[in-house]
Amino acid sequence: MKKSVFFGSLVMAGLVAGVAGASTLDDVKARGELICGVNPGLTGFAAPDANGNYQGFDVAVCKAVAAAVLGDPMKVKYVPLTGETRFTGLASGEVDMLSRNSTWTFSRDTELALEFVAVNYYDGQGFMVNKNLGVSSAKELDGATVCIQTGTTTELNLADYFKANNMEYTPVNVADDSEGQQKFLAGACDAYTTDASGLAASRATMPNADEIVILPEIISKEPLGPAVRQGDDNWGDVVRWSFYALVAAEEYGVTKANLEEVAATTKNPEIRRLLGLEGDMGAKIGLDDEFAKRAILAVGNYGEVFEANIGTSTSIGLARGLNAQWTQGGLMYAPPFR
Amino acid sequence: MTLASDPPKEGFRLSMLIYDTRFRSITIQVVVLLLFLAGLFWLLNNAYVNLEAKGKDFNFSFLWSRAGYDIAQTLIPYTNDDTHMRALVEGLLNTLLVSILGCALATVVGTVVGVLRLSHNWLVARLMTIYVETFRNIPLLLWILLMGTILAETRPSPRDFRVTDAMREAGQAPEASMWLFDTIAVTNRGTSVAAPVFSNSLGSVVLPGNIPVSLNALALIFVMAASFYGWRLLMRRAKAVQEATGVRPTTWWQSTLILLGPVSAVSVALGLHLEYPTITRFDFEGGFQMLHSFTALLIALTVYTSAFIAEIVRAGIMAISRGQTEAAYALGLRPSRTMNLVILPQALRVIVPPLISQFLNLTKNSSLAIAVSYMDLRGTLGGITLNQTGRELECMLLMMLIYLTISLVISSVMNLYNKSIKLKER
Repeated sequence: MKKSVFFGSLVMAGLVAGVAGASTLDDVKARGELICGVNPGLTGFAAPDANGNYQGFDVAVCKAVAAAVLGDPMKVKYVPLTGETRFTGLASGEVDMLSRNSTWTFSRDTELALEFVAVNYYDGQGFMVNKNLGVSSAKELDGATVCIQTGTTTELNLADYFKANNMEYTPVNVADDSEGQQKFLAGACDAYTTDASGLAASRATMPNADEIVILPEIISKEPLGPAVRQGDDNWGDVVRWSFYALVAAEEYGVTKANLEEVAATTKNPEIRRLLGLEGDMGAKIGLDDEFAKRAILAVGNYGEVFEANIGTSTSIGLARGLNAQWTQGGLMYAPPFR
Repeated sequence: MTLASDPPKEGFRLSMLIYDTRFRSITIQVVVLLLFLAGLFWLLNNAYVNLEAKGKDFNFSFLWSRAGYDIAQTLIPYTNDDTHMRALVEGLLNTLLVSILGCALATVVGTVVGVLRLSHNWLVARLMTIYVETFRNIPLLLWILLMGTILAETRPSPRDFRVTDAMREAGQAPEASMWLFDTIAVTNRGTSVAAPVFSNSLGSVVLPGNIPVSLNALALIFVMAASFYGWRLLMRRAKAVQEATGVRPTTWWQSTLILLGPVSAVSVALGLHLEYPTITRFDFEGGFQMLHSFTALLIALTVYTSAFIAEIVRAGIMAISRGQTEAAYALGLRPSRTMNLVILPQALRVIVPPLISQFLNLTKNSSLAIAVSYMDLRGTLGGITLNQTGRELECMLLMMLIYLTISLVISSVMNLYNKSIKLKER
């Protein structure tokens, strides 16, 4: 018995040994490839397209970072991580960054030793049910069976919500979104709960989307954002400012299409700094000055990314809502590039 | 004069550690031990350094903090206010439940299949061959997923069982109906079975750890045990009379009375009746509920392991020479008695050791439960707790330790059994 425990510890110790001490930025540059942890399949956020290439709102962040660091948005290796494996994957060094609709919470920031660099989508948890269930409010779900992705904040919110409303439920724990959808469609659960954006994305892909309703209650705050390992602040800065470049670009009206034109004509010092025409922003985070420009050229500004992947013109049809620019009454607010 | 055979006295030289067979084995062992310790030190040091670098410590205090999540099937009371430790115990109990039932069922099914595979009936023997080859040659995970899918996709949803007023007026039958006089309902989520309940309660005692035990059930078990003991006395007396006089007294009515009388009386007094599952707003309630996650896992584990056990049983029986059977027949024993009295007792000695490893396999394989969202130890401690607390190393080590303990307990119990059926040589 002793011997086996021994070997067990050995194996675990060996697994932990994977974390390298060097800076992630150097690693990525040396490798010539960014390894990005993404959702295994959530239409609009991260899902392989017909050619097997990952596309989506979260994937765009990976591409922006790859463009900023390596000069090529295609130099990304996507590692699909489930709700259960994502943080271990990041902590063990399997991925350089996580862009996988993950909620920023106190305990993840501290206990899990993650660093959430920004919020790329302000979300909240909702419920989805079949119309023929005759339920119009989450408060009517007493006694229902609920599909829930395991290892998520939504799992805890669900328990809290039902307790606060003095209701009971039977959880069906699923590993990822596709399994959740499949169980929900097969009728293994009455309701499916996850972030409202995820519900909209799932609903868009369902064959009987007309028969599915998303209940009005939003039961939690889910600020979703890219995360890196704690302790490598420079790499955190790289990801953070690559993302904020997209947000700032939208604020200043810089798009993928007009970028070169704006760069040639603009007198606005903030835009000039953003595009690397003035100052030495890039050098301060170990990149060149045009990192933000490349990020914007690669995927477009935040608004373009939103509209192309999950906006009202897509099948998912999410309105900007909280995710509009602060100038439009939303929460998207890039700190100044100065 | 010195004898020629006297060995020359030699001092100890270092090369003797390698070339002298007296020392070589010790040298090798010492070197291996040193290498092993060095490797161990490197790994532990590495783990320590990396944990340090990530700012993580190593402690198990998280087990006593609030779990915050819910578990679908629990054997002892649990709410999300309980600790991670309690969730661990729930998971462990679920693991044990499915493992014990799985081992028992797999043994029964495996034995039947193994014996039938030796049948002289061509069709039966071939069918059993197909059973064995199909189930043991396809990965278990696929069987678990398949069973889960079959149960979920082929059965109607609970709402199909509902009879609305409109339907009643129109004289329509619901789309799906329950079986066996409305005692069993199999939906796409679970199986609801009518369960015996008591209308008068004697109350319950709460064991340490907040585990309530119904006094009614205890009383019933006690009465049953007492009846059984009484019946044994009756049988012994009958045997004594038979041996003394050669005539066995008629005991059937006494047996029936002793075995059934007190139990029925207590049951009636406590108001034992069947509680039928009824359809409510979302699902069936009342009676005994069994989720498909459990059923699917249990069926898959049973059929998969039973295929291996069938082969073990067949091998065990075939290991007993044909002459034994012929000798038993020559003595006038019927085939069933030959099997029970001559073949099986000998075959068990061949069967039990490999059977132990099948039990261990089944128990460990039950950790695939997450495929059908059955919340076993891997699902609670190794899944949700690990994920919500971020204590990967602690959770994994603890889980390994628990599985190891379970396996060792199973082995030692089975080894005791093996010892008891060993050939007793005098």
